[in-house]
Amino acid sequence: MSAPGGRATSAPLVGREEEPTLFELSRPGRRAWSFRTGGFPDRSVDDLVPPVHRRAHPVDLPEVSERDLVAHVTRLSARQFSVDLGAYPLGSCTMKYNPKVCDAVAALPGLAGVHPAAPASTVQGWLALLVELEEALCAITGMAAATLQPAAGAAGELTGLLLMRAWHAAAGRPRSKVIIPDSAHGTNPASVTLGGYEVVTVSSDERGCVDMDALHRVLDEDVAGIMLTNPNTLGLFEEDIARIATAVHDVGGLLYYDGANLNAILGVVRPGDMGFDIVHMNLHKTFATPHGGGGPGAGPVAVAERLVPFLPGPRPVRTVDGPLGYGWHTPARSIGRVHSWHGNALVLARALAYIRVNGADGLRRVAEAAVLNANWLRRRLAGTLDVAYDRTCMHEVVFSAQRLRRDHGVRALDVGKRLLDHGFHAPTVAFPLVVEEALMVEPTETESPETLEALAAAIEAVVAEAASHPASVTAAPTATPVGRVDEARAARRLVATFDARPTPEG
Amino acid sequence: MLDFLGLGTLDDLFETVPDALRLASGLDLPPGRGEPDVLAEMEAFAEANRARSDRMVCFAGAGAYDHELPAVTRSLAGRSEFVTSYTPYQPEVAQGVLQAIFEYQTMVARLAGLPVANASLYDGASALIEAINLGVAASGRPLVWVSQGVHPHWRAAAGTAAAGTGHDLRSVPLVDGVTAWPAPSEAPAPGGEPGVVVVAYPNHLGCLEDLEPARAWCDRTGAVLVVAADPVAAGLLRSGGDWGADVVVGEGQAFGTPLGFGGPYLGLFATATDHLRRLPGRLVGETVDTEGRRAYVTTLRTREQDIRREKATSNVCTNQTLMAVTAAIQLGWLGTSGLVELGQRCAVATHYTRDALLALDGVEPYAEAPVVREFAIRTPVTADVLLERLADDGFLGGVALGEAYPDGERALLIAVTERRTRDEVDRFVAAVAGALR
Repeated sequence: MSAPGGRATSAPLVGREEEPTLFELSRPGRRAWSFRTGGFPDRSVDDLVPPVHRRAHPVDLPEVSERDLVAHVTRLSARQFSVDLGAYPLGSCTMKYNPKVCDAVAALPGLAGVHPAAPASTVQGWLALLVELEEALCAITGMAAATLQPAAGAAGELTGLLLMRAWHAAAGRPRSKVIIPDSAHGTNPASVTLGGYEVVTVSSDERGCVDMDALHRVLDEDVAGIMLTNPNTLGLFEEDIARIATAVHDVGGLLYYDGANLNAILGVVRPGDMGFDIVHMNLHKTFATPHGGGGPGAGPVAVAERLVPFLPGPRPVRTVDGPLGYGWHTPARSIGRVHSWHGNALVLARALAYIRVNGADGLRRVAEAAVLNANWLRRRLAGTLDVAYDRTCMHEVVFSAQRLRRDHGVRALDVGKRLLDHGFHAPTVAFPLVVEEALMVEPTETESPETLEALAAAIEAVVAEAASHPASVTAAPTATPVGRVDEARAARRLVATFDARPTPEG
Repeated sequence: MLDFLGLGTLDDLFETVPDALRLASGLDLPPGRGEPDVLAEMEAFAEANRARSDRMVCFAGAGAYDHELPAVTRSLAGRSEFVTSYTPYQPEVAQGVLQAIFEYQTMVARLAGLPVANASLYDGASALIEAINLGVAASGRPLVWVSQGVHPHWRAAAGTAAAGTGHDLRSVPLVDGVTAWPAPSEAPAPGGEPGVVVVAYPNHLGCLEDLEPARAWCDRTGAVLVVAADPVAAGLLRSGGDWGADVVVGEGQAFGTPLGFGGPYLGLFATATDHLRRLPGRLVGETVDTEGRRAYVTTLRTREQDIRREKATSNVCTNQTLMAVTAAIQLGWLGTSGLVELGQRCAVATHYTRDALLALDGVEPYAEAPVVREFAIRTPVTADVLLERLADDGFLGGVALGEAYPDGERALLIAVTERRTRDEVDRFVAAVAGALR
């Protein structure tokens, strides 16, 4: 280990100074690395790698001591909001608290240290774990079987659409269109395109649900299926779901359930019972696996019986004969792999632990508390902001800041930025697209009544300030490590690596 | 709280859910249990895995490697500010993750020898799929030549995705361990002119191949060259960019992420500036805040699904940020000298092991081309049988090449990382000798 260097001070916390990049902290000759003693006879790499393949110069990486590295990364962490620190009322994102017991599970050497290509006889524990998770997810969604391979929700969506495609192809009737509501997440239309289908958008009615007349107008025998989020992205349950299912099935289409909002209905109602054929789940939302600053997630896809033969393979299965309890099986008409290996396995293990700790009773309580908290906020803030659709919501509620914008020039975005100064993460803003100046709030079940009251009070204070001192709100945030960042400049003069920075003068 | 809402029971919260659809008797799952009970159940699963790297000496690779996981990386990457934060949509409170990604992008771009890298994709396979999509969009031609030296699972996943995109993937075989590209004199090229050419470096057999013929085909046809490069070997080898790659993809698990039974891993993606507007996934850029201080933000957002919807360059939303942050920390830990040292140690240990195994009766090289950190052998018994015998002796002996390659059932792919010692290798070679006897 080399001598210490860098700047081990907490300046960014107290002085709001810039944190230099690791490249700027680099000093030639410093190092942090340390390897096992191999004991192999010395050989020159020149003897081992033909010259035509050798790189001329080493890759230029930061040269820092361990102490420099730790101080730098710790200072970065001090410039980062997280669930462990405070509430993230981010609609549609289900930023619930991530129980620490699941961290302990993911760190078990007998799970974390297992190579994905090891023979089945040596990974019976992993296979059993994955089979049990699949069974639990099927019980929760009311489906027949699931693939655990998709690495995130959007990967699950594409997997589901490819299953849809394979199913129609096998029936000898390839179709060209997939219907999605105008309130859908952006991943839905993007996935539809990658699935080789054309997007047909269906509008919402005045209650915020799928407009049945509009749906009937676009349904025909060229429709492969419909993608729905239920409760939808307005936080509303599609009450006509049974009629929607019948109408889509009547033209030979399939129903795809986007599980982004599954948290609201755990133990209350199952997608399979609503008539869905394909269901993806976001384990990093509903099953409390941490978001990791934007990933990893996990997006298992569960299907009805008739789609099981098309699932991605190989699948972990219980074996019926032979000496082993568990093995791999690739379904007869499998669409193929959708991951390098078996999915985000350590995320899957966390999710099973969460399901086991909660159990049937606990999962139902999750949904109840999530919906209770959202409705409490809806009611609590009804006099403060306009509620986009003022009826009983599910796990999230959409407010509109349209009046603030009209009367004071304060946008939903500004309200969100000012909330940062109050110590809360901003709600989802400007989504769903069907609501002007949307502020979408999802408190989740893990926040206490005290936190909810503090959040409501903060939103009230910001709205009051928007009327009295709008400039303070549009200039927010001011108490954060950096002030509002210039997004336009970032795109206009792109600096996406340290090497693309303009060289300093001199 | 129910009183405040004017509701009588929790059931009333779900009044909009039709009665006929509601679960009558709850989920068919066991009741909740105490956390210590659940941890014990999970430990039992873990105990049932024999192939754990702390108890079985790992010679398996194939894109998943038993590299050093230093305490400093585990400690820093495990900080809950990184683990439990959301996608950095509010940059003012996400400078930590954003700056770490910016540093990661810089390091990946330097490794790849290309000017831009994105903020990560799911894994090697997803990075390859996105590269193919980018290449087809850029060239306007859906014919894709994929060397059989590309990881069989990545090729399989690309084939799955092609069912949706309609891209025409053609496998180009390996001969003597290197890709047998169509001869330049063969014109027109089989199936027409490719829009994308994909080659691995080193390839799945561990072999180093000359990338000039692939580049030449791209120059001739205007195809996009995608190089799937091993980022550890990249410490010694010419970068993809140096060979003329338009896109470099890879699997970044080697940089601080545990084997984890295959995930979560890290899809590396770097490209030339010409393809910026087609870049999949997130990109972090440097900018300033209202006071002129340096700040970071996700940028060129109009490529992304939440804005561009059905016309987005990709459907990726959630990616593998935590693994990208981990890789940035691990690459900081390695530094310039550590990455070279890592590559050299892998190369020395790999050649030592290969020489010793090839000295055994009945063991032959699967391919003769030069290798750097992984190699394939052919043995008299099937790989499955050999692996079972070696497992009984405490070794994860490699990865069976399997049905993806001719005679693959008798071929074993072996990786020797810097974590292997001479004593381990000597015992391993003796165990192989015993297993073949």
